Amino acid sequence: MSADKPLIQVKNLKKDFEDLQVLKDISVDIYPGEVVCIVGPSGSGKSTFLRCLNRLEEPSDGHIIFDAVDICDKHVDINKHRQKMGMVFQHFNLFNHLTIQDNITIAPKKLKIMSREEADKRATELLERVGLPDKAAAYPSMLSGGQKQRIAIARALAMNPEVMLFDEPTSALDPEMVGEVLEIMGELARAGMTMVVVTHEMGFAREVATRVLFMADGEIKEENNPKDFFEQPKNPRLQEFLSKIV
Amino acid sequence: MNGLKDALYQNLIAEDRYKYLLDGLATTVKITLMAIVIGIIIGFIIAIIRSTYDKTGKLKLLNALCKVYLTVIRGTPAVVQLLVMYYIVLMSVRSKLLVAGIAFGINSGAYVAEIVRGGIMSIDNGQFEAGRSVGFNYIQTMIYIILPQVFKSVLPALANEVICLLKETSVCGYIALQDLTKGGDIIRSQTYNPYVPLLSVAAIYLILVMFISYLVTLLERRLRSSERR
Repeated sequence: MSADKPLIQVKNLKKDFEDLQVLKDISVDIYPGEVVCIVGPSGSGKSTFLRCLNRLEEPSDGHIIFDAVDICDKHVDINKHRQKMGMVFQHFNLFNHLTIQDNITIAPKKLKIMSREEADKRATELLERVGLPDKAAAYPSMLSGGQKQRIAIARALAMNPEVMLFDEPTSALDPEMVGEVLEIMGELARAGMTMVVVTHEMGFAREVATRVLFMADGEIKEENNPKDFFEQPKNPRLQEFLSKIV
Repeated sequence: MNGLKDALYQNLIAEDRYKYLLDGLATTVKITLMAIVIGIIIGFIIAIIRSTYDKTGKLKLLNALCKVYLTVIRGTPAVVQLLVMYYIVLMSVRSKLLVAGIAFGINSGAYVAEIVRGGIMSIDNGQFEAGRSVGFNYIQTMIYIILPQVFKSVLPALANEVICLLKETSVCGYIALQDLTKGGDIIRSQTYNPYVPLLSVAAIYLILVMFISYLVTLLERRLRSSERR
């Protein structure tokens, strides 16, 4: 990796739901500019892991160092740090009562990150970037799934985040809409954005990721560059997993 | 025909008796408006506390207090609450109008709270998560993301509550407050004619309720048209 210091350092992360241990002692470093794809069978804890990174899910134990601050510390203002971590959800979660323009600008405006004019200008740029400049005045209910997800990406980018978290961004889409979303994500990766992507799109992982993690049973069983990950898997669970999906 | 004319004259015009109705109407409207404002403030605060507890398990003590309030208010008649307020809790307050406004506001708050809580709980949790993920804190997420959507979905139920409240204030006579109902009753006691004053009172309530319904329909249409252009 080109940069020397990790952007996110995950140390001994654990997460329990009641008696169930979903994440067992996960440690991983994510460097600036990396595109880390997390794959694995359902129930492996990969979404929980991603949601712990911005504490949408409260970790039971461990540390997450982001920008040299341990955001698991109870005294940390997590809202400040979330502003620097964009998140894209499986089900888009656009704000239904707001226009597309307002969906993108509400956070920078209300959180006083940008002036009204700056935020509007930024929204116009972002709409251009995700290829939907004519949808500014539309409402989420009027868009297709693929369009909603592209707007969700634009909304997350509006805060100029240092890292983007994607939680199965194409899993709820009709097959013909997957491509348009992956394309935007690919462009984002090429522009140098640090990305952590939970996905079932192996093609995307193979082509865009700089590193692929395989999670099963709440642990990272294997991590490697995409070429070796897919061509020479070592962990038997990964071999089995790959044989099922290819 | 002349009998009706005479009855109308005696009950409404003679000795300026219509003023009982007009003044009563003003009192009724004032109490209702005061109660709506108080009820909505109390209702939203309690709804937020209760739904926060439902969702996160926080605010346990406050939630328990809110539950006591809801149980007591919804479990006792509004007239009794009004009397308790007037003779016990707010006995030092001189203005009967204020006492009635507060009593009905506190009463209405309980119903509004449950309406709004239902509305909050019906909003997809993804909306909360999206709000939090862009950096809003819990309260900001509530104000900017959740409540505007809640307001839209609970508007018909809220309108219903306002209508109930308006009619509920007709028991104000119990604390010798001259509201619309009491005004009509005073005329009846002076003219010994029950028909004209009581039916007039009923008609005025009906018109008020129809007017409120009309306003709400307009508001609903406005809110909905913002979605499908």
